[in-house]
Amino acid sequence: MQDARDAQMLARNSEGRLVRRPLSPHLQIYRPQITSALSIFHRITGVALSVGTLLMVWWLVGANTPRGYALVAGFIGSPVGVVLLFGWTLALFFHLLNGIRHLAWDAGRGFELPQVHASGWVVVLGALGLTMAVWIVGVVTL
Amino acid sequence: MAEFRLPPNSRIGVGKTHAAAGGKRAKAFKIYRWNPDDGENPRTDTYEIDLDQCGPMVLDALIKIKNEIDPSLTFRRSCREGICGSCAMNIDGTNTLACLKPIAEVREAVRINPLPHMPVVKDLVPDLSHAYAQLRSIEPWLQSDTPPPPDAERAQSREERAKLDGMWECILCFCCTTSCPSYWWNGDRYLGPAVLLAAYRWIADSRDEKTGERLDALEDPFKLYRCHTIMNCTQTCPKGLNPAKAIGEIKQLMLERQI
Repeated sequence: MQDARDAQMLARNSEGRLVRRPLSPHLQIYRPQITSALSIFHRITGVALSVGTLLMVWWLVGANTPRGYALVAGFIGSPVGVVLLFGWTLALFFHLLNGIRHLAWDAGRGFELPQVHASGWVVVLGALGLTMAVWIVGVVTL
Repeated sequence: MAEFRLPPNSRIGVGKTHAAAGGKRAKAFKIYRWNPDDGENPRTDTYEIDLDQCGPMVLDALIKIKNEIDPSLTFRRSCREGICGSCAMNIDGTNTLACLKPIAEVREAVRINPLPHMPVVKDLVPDLSHAYAQLRSIEPWLQSDTPPPPDAERAQSREERAKLDGMWECILCFCCTTSCPSYWWNGDRYLGPAVLLAAYRWIADSRDEKTGERLDALEDPFKLYRCHTIMNCTQTCPKGLNPAKAIGEIKQLMLERQI
């Protein structure tokens, strides 16, 4: 489907000739806001969690045989695997906490700007804190 | 669809620099320019002015530049006190009214662009006709089958009237709509925060009897539900209004009437 706005990109100049208007800059110039930054992170972490779920499925399938389990455990224990797992934990907690924030909005709560800023920082710091807590507990109990 | 680069004809080149004639407090303004008559891409021109010889607001600087340095600089302005909505533009990376934005709030050079992701008519003047057509589509006027009482207004209680506070103040500058990434990518069909705030202003009005029809018209995956509660609209509104909250209220009403 064509974009209805395309028609407005055409105009006539002072001599009556057709010209193509430019599109004003958007992402290129808009200063990142905590509002839009957390929104796009919510999406990115959602995608990351889907990919991470594939890893978990691989782990479950691998656990079927001792050789398969050793292969998966070896990958997850490697530096790349640890970074992936850490990223997955962070994505999980961010997406979880920000998801709760979205639920509150859907229930009509927390729309005032000071609340939006406060809940945004709670989500960021909460995700970092919970991730660190899980990893500290994980490393200590290993 | 999301676009990360501007179309080739919209990419911005480096323009001219008009250096200050002197003065102790020189400030640079980097302003988006595009002229439909010269056949060139947009460019950013730099103007240096002496703040000791200029009023406090960004609009004062724009008018000073137009009067004293470059009469070809094109922008909309009228009331210079934040009630007409004409001088809406992107200043220092966020949308606001040039007449309400103090120059002192911007530390470095003042970067000024037209409202984002809009067709440019000339320089800082965007074409808002699509947004106006969207406003027309929500029928922003009182609709009622019941005739008004003879020789009297349609009465409203104080509580009913109070529901409209925070909505009637909208001046339709479209700062919010053009700050919304969802409107950037889907603005052909998504109505955007300003128009949805206007829609809710009539939905919430106790005197209006077309609430059901108004909700029916918004029940659409694009018109209303492209709002993902990003909240850039509320963050940027120069009048301190809350379009995101109004959209949330519409979504709640949609849900309530389904249960």
